[in-house]
Amino acid sequence: MTDIPAKAAAPSASSGSLLLTLMKLRTFIALIAVLVFFSVAVPNFFSAANLILMAKHVALNAFLAMGMTFVIVTGGIDLSVGSIVGLCGMVAGYLVLNGIDLQIGYTVYFNVVEIALVTLLVGILIGAVNGLLITRLNVAPFIATLGTLYVARGLALLSSDGRTFPNLVGKPELGTTGFGYLGAGRLLGLPVSIWILVVVALGAAYLARYTPLGRHIFAVGGNERAARISGVRVNMVKMFVYMFSGFCAAIVGLIISSELMASHPATGESFELNAIAAAVLGGTSMSGGRGTIGGTIVGAFVIGILSDGLVMMGVSSFWQMVIKGLVIIVAVVVDQTQRRLQSRVTLMQMAKAG
Amino acid sequence: MSASTGHDVILELEDISKVYAGTVAVKHANFEVRKGAVNVLVGENGAGKSTLMKIIAGVERPTAGRILLDGNEVSFSSSGDAVSRGIGMVFQELNLFGNLSVAENIFATRELTNAFHKIDHKGQERRAAEFLEQLEAGIRPDMLVEDLRIGQQQLVEIAKAVSLDARILIMDEPTSALSAAEVEILFKVIADLKTRGVAIVYISHRLEELIRIGDYITVLRDGRITGQEEMRNVDTQWIVRQMIGSDAKDFAKDDGHQPGDEVFRAEEICLPRVTGGLAVDHVSLSVRAGEILGIYGLMGAGRSELFDCIMGRHSQASGRIFIDGKQVRERDTARRIQRGLALIPEDRQREGLVSILSVASNLTLASLSRFVSLFHIRGGAERQAVAQMVRELAIKVADPAQEVSSLSGGNQQKVVIGKALLTGPKVLLMDEPSRGIDVGAKADVFRTMRKLSRDGLGILFATSDLDEVMALSDRIAVMSNGKLTGMFDRAETTGAAIVAASALGHGPVHGEQR
Repeated sequence: MTDIPAKAAAPSASSGSLLLTLMKLRTFIALIAVLVFFSVAVPNFFSAANLILMAKHVALNAFLAMGMTFVIVTGGIDLSVGSIVGLCGMVAGYLVLNGIDLQIGYTVYFNVVEIALVTLLVGILIGAVNGLLITRLNVAPFIATLGTLYVARGLALLSSDGRTFPNLVGKPELGTTGFGYLGAGRLLGLPVSIWILVVVALGAAYLARYTPLGRHIFAVGGNERAARISGVRVNMVKMFVYMFSGFCAAIVGLIISSELMASHPATGESFELNAIAAAVLGGTSMSGGRGTIGGTIVGAFVIGILSDGLVMMGVSSFWQMVIKGLVIIVAVVVDQTQRRLQSRVTLMQMAKAG
Repeated sequence: MSASTGHDVILELEDISKVYAGTVAVKHANFEVRKGAVNVLVGENGAGKSTLMKIIAGVERPTAGRILLDGNEVSFSSSGDAVSRGIGMVFQELNLFGNLSVAENIFATRELTNAFHKIDHKGQERRAAEFLEQLEAGIRPDMLVEDLRIGQQQLVEIAKAVSLDARILIMDEPTSALSAAEVEILFKVIADLKTRGVAIVYISHRLEELIRIGDYITVLRDGRITGQEEMRNVDTQWIVRQMIGSDAKDFAKDDGHQPGDEVFRAEEICLPRVTGGLAVDHVSLSVRAGEILGIYGLMGAGRSELFDCIMGRHSQASGRIFIDGKQVRERDTARRIQRGLALIPEDRQREGLVSILSVASNLTLASLSRFVSLFHIRGGAERQAVAQMVRELAIKVADPAQEVSSLSGGNQQKVVIGKALLTGPKVLLMDEPSRGIDVGAKADVFRTMRKLSRDGLGILFATSDLDEVMALSDRIAVMSNGKLTGMFDRAETTGAAIVAASALGHGPVHGEQR
């Protein structure tokens, strides 16, 4: 019904729109660029084994980055995810090894499914604490989640006195075996963690696109006042995004502990920064209102493949950091340029329309 | 134009026009500013007064025309440029830094410094104290501006302008937040400036004020100057006549339908002001189905605040509201919308739209639940509703997936109205629905209001445009200083009566609340 005016406006800005399209696809182009570069520079880069290994690495960051994307889209930030990863890993490890002592001579042991559920609940709860601090007590998201970053990390260290929970095989007589499945198991030839990523990512993308909650997340980030006047329950939306971020972090905690069959309290340090980087690289705007799950996943792949590829090339880890930083900066610069170009094209179209 | 002059012309605008994207704000204006006199500029909202003043103050540059200062043509590239030539301005919107002290504000950008470029705070505060003393405001120069009442902040703004030692001083609604006592002091300061030969350009809505202190008056209507006289030759009727004019705007005609039963009632709505006193002061009113109730009042009269209270945006507000005779006990905006209230806010950009979302997403933002089964948004149903609204309101948009910020102001306003209508409201609150949109869009908005009232909605609309309130309302409520100061039947009232009621409540008895 609206094809004609759109077509009429297109030729006037065709040179601009080609550049614009390229810029919009920048994350994809970056992904293809790193893939092509490493396939030439690193032998065996495209072997199935290597790709699956890299995908498992990327998945961890991708989970966190998805949660982070929703948070950033509402205009917030969640610095606590790395610590939640650590704490949730410790919770899972503790439950496998020790169960819960009821103080009356009985100790309850959970099976692996129950352990996973309890751990996810812990992640969601910490997210809820973040949300309450931000919505009810009006603490700035940066500060609130900085606080829970320290608290959660401290609790993780306290839970074992700083030691590692080793050897989480569990005991058959207690029904606590099988914890390794998440990290090492395979389904139809792919690691279980990849399948979980696919499910969560599809769910999150669906949520963002086809549900009122998703629409409200973007509205809150775009203009909180207007959203509130339109009857959006802003506080509920914010609670949700922090709880979802905690949920994603808990999944990562479970997967890492399961892969290593051990829980270390320092797991996940500085993961939050990688998650932010992936989200930003994928086109999420730090000022809120803009971002996609798909973009974030691609962003996570760019960062993950870049660092794995550089390791395989034998580039020093110090140089890796420099390169990663430059990639992020370039991504944001391109993003800003695209915005400017976009608004100029829009203005031109408006002028044309009269 | 009057020929007799007791005062020399210091500044002259010749055939000035100013065009913004889409609208012409000032058309071929000729305006003289005289030395040692108060040059009054009056006109309705949107008549172009502020634009004209911003041109003189160097904030805006004219699209066409000449500015003559002391007979020589000048052009200002910035407000700093104008200041350096002795033109100062008190802006309508306060331009103060709340986090800095009064003295720091007065000397902002021209700080007094010692030999080492260190700010001489003592000196600034001493000088600031002198200016403040003139204004008898009881403001200490070391106080933070954000700790002051709005009226006091306005005095600081005035002190800042006076401290410029300007030859021409523009005051854009300087008394809008002042108490009666403070207004008297301001007038004394103005008289003093006059004797020192300063040319004052004074903008205000309050006619009695203008007549008292003005020497020359210029009336603007729709960007054109419609009258220029010496004040002693004119009276209130003359001013109103020039302001309103005889040519009617394109208001949709009343179709003569009869309003139904009462659909909305507000009782004893009160909202305390942060700085003390009441922003909304025991307001009670009611609207019938199919009725348009105009709420007229000047800036700061409490109209927007009343709407905010009704929508449940202030937890400190008190009072009761009823829809269809049943009390609304829900206190949050979301559930009040479900009960059938909808607000079209005054500030489209800040409160009406999520500018980075599409036209479609903005339209359905408040009514998404209508298109949801379980938790899935039915795209087809949503698109259908959007298409229907675009058609009904004649929103000019190529593709509803376009970002809403790419639309013109009038079409953006239609999107805000459409968003409210999609919630299926019984009562529509419209705050300045025609502000900042072009003539064609205004006519569309007015037509829509008529149609909605015919469909049985109760409409409350707030405006400071006398024409509008007279042409569209069935009844007119007038607010002043937070109070309801008049309730008129449109058929039985005059513009003068309404303007008079809008100036009530500013008397010394009610004025000062500390």
